[in-house]
Amino acid sequence: MKEIVVISGKGGTGKTSVCAALAYAKPSDLVLADCDVDAADMHLIFQPKVHKDEPFFSGVKAVIDPALCTNCGRCAEICRFDAIRQDKDVRFVELLDCEGCGYCALICPVKAIEMPQQKVGRVFGSESRTGTPMAHARLDIGADNSGKLVAKVKSDAKSLATEHSRDLILVDGSPGIGCPVIASLAGADLALLVTEPSISGFEDLKRVCDLASKFDLKMACVINKADINPKIAAEIRNTMKQRNIPILMELPYSNDFSEAISLGQTLIEYNPSQWQAPFEQLWDKLLKEIR
Amino acid sequence: MRIAIASGKGGTGKTTLAVNLAHYMAGRHDTLLVDLDVEEPNCHIFIKGALRQKEEAKRMVPAWDTQGCSMCGKCVTWCRFNSLIRLGNTILVLPELCHACHLCSELCPDSALPLQAFPLGTISWIKDGALDFLEARMKIGVEQASPLIGQALDYVDKHFAGKEFQLLDSPPGTSCSMIAATKTADFALLVTEPTPFGLHDLSLAVDTLRQLRVPMAVVINRSGANDGIIEDYCASENVPIWSKIPHLRKIAGLYSDGKLLYEQVPELKQSLDQIIAKLEERT
Repeated sequence: MKEIVVISGKGGTGKTSVCAALAYAKPSDLVLADCDVDAADMHLIFQPKVHKDEPFFSGVKAVIDPALCTNCGRCAEICRFDAIRQDKDVRFVELLDCEGCGYCALICPVKAIEMPQQKVGRVFGSESRTGTPMAHARLDIGADNSGKLVAKVKSDAKSLATEHSRDLILVDGSPGIGCPVIASLAGADLALLVTEPSISGFEDLKRVCDLASKFDLKMACVINKADINPKIAAEIRNTMKQRNIPILMELPYSNDFSEAISLGQTLIEYNPSQWQAPFEQLWDKLLKEIR
Repeated sequence: MRIAIASGKGGTGKTTLAVNLAHYMAGRHDTLLVDLDVEEPNCHIFIKGALRQKEEAKRMVPAWDTQGCSMCGKCVTWCRFNSLIRLGNTILVLPELCHACHLCSELCPDSALPLQAFPLGTISWIKDGALDFLEARMKIGVEQASPLIGQALDYVDKHFAGKEFQLLDSPPGTSCSMIAATKTADFALLVTEPTPFGLHDLSLAVDTLRQLRVPMAVVINRSGANDGIIEDYCASENVPIWSKIPHLRKIAGLYSDGKLLYEQVPELKQSLDQIIAKLEERT
């Protein structure tokens, strides 16, 4: 089973549009996983029929039982996160600040603190409107553990692939270089980097490349909006060459990206004469890369 | 007044608004810009100036002291983040996973887990004319962004508490790093774009800020024929729209070169004037 993760470093480079067009081009060959869990948008394009909808629990947080608490204040002294608050004589835990370390529960002299598991989101097993099995999720507002939820979506995608006898997983990753991105890269065969020739896009591309290099991960690149700044586009080509990362496709600046999204379509559906051929060629190159 | 500039979706123009607003505002008000998008900090591309101070941000995490340890294994059972692992007669510390609660270090019966500094990234203070600019930049490979964001805000409290306006360029999304950057704000400006992706992620950001009890207003970037989807949502949710920045290709070109835009794009300057007037009303 092979896994391709689409990432970008910077947001707004067209990562999800590229990923959606790739998924549309091979509806019967792959499983789609939306791992951009704190801004999951793939379902807006693929209108999936949800077969499985489960809560996802991860991590714990402290809860003080006011009936047992003697207000000794030990918990507040040792908490490194200032999560123990006081309202008159009643101590309570501010959940948004609690990291779930359990220090307070361990040292509470009257055992008034419990550490219940937290629901941090929902995970879905679905079928897209194009007949592709799809694993996706929604992170609850303000929830921690987005990396764990990403890992769960990836493992669900693997199960779906086994169940449907498919040997390719296409993953929409998240922006940045932090824990959700690291979780989405774990175990992947190829990171497809979608960038744009702006100074910001280029800088973020280099940071995300440095991250993927730490995992010894094979990479390939797509330059979107390649014509907005020829000078920086040339610098990107140069840097990718030095780093031995092939550029598989360059796309011009186009309003089709936002127009297609507005209609809930992939680029290929919106304007087949423009986009079908380039994405088919991109697939041919991607499959060669992971072979 | 502390104002978080946030977006939900990445790439909607959050940084563009933050740098232009801060630079323009600094001509009239005592202004600080803080780049809290620590995973991919981009404000520095647009804000030049002289570096005043640069410090390494660190957090204290345990290191195993082989001499004192009796291998009781308590630390491994206490740690809820799996950052301590026992391998034979060795305790392995994984600092990337450590949340720095200090439980293991403070309760170790052998005092065999003394704390040592683990680098998170850098905090730089830059002065560009009248504007003070602070950048927090996460080291590549560090997993958790929130601790560095917290330290950058501590730096702001220590050195810039008297600023009339503190503008925070916040990370995209709605998870812990976005919360860390926005929870202390007095007000939030949400930058969105009139697409279903923009709308969907905006609605998540609105729900998040409501939970944090941070009041907010929306700025529509790349405004055009499809603004209705954002307008309808904002009307039904009672969130004011303060300004619209039109969809102009010349903005994409200037942005790509790392240029400040407001002197060359009158439509943007007009938007900034609208936003500044609204912010002044709130002080």
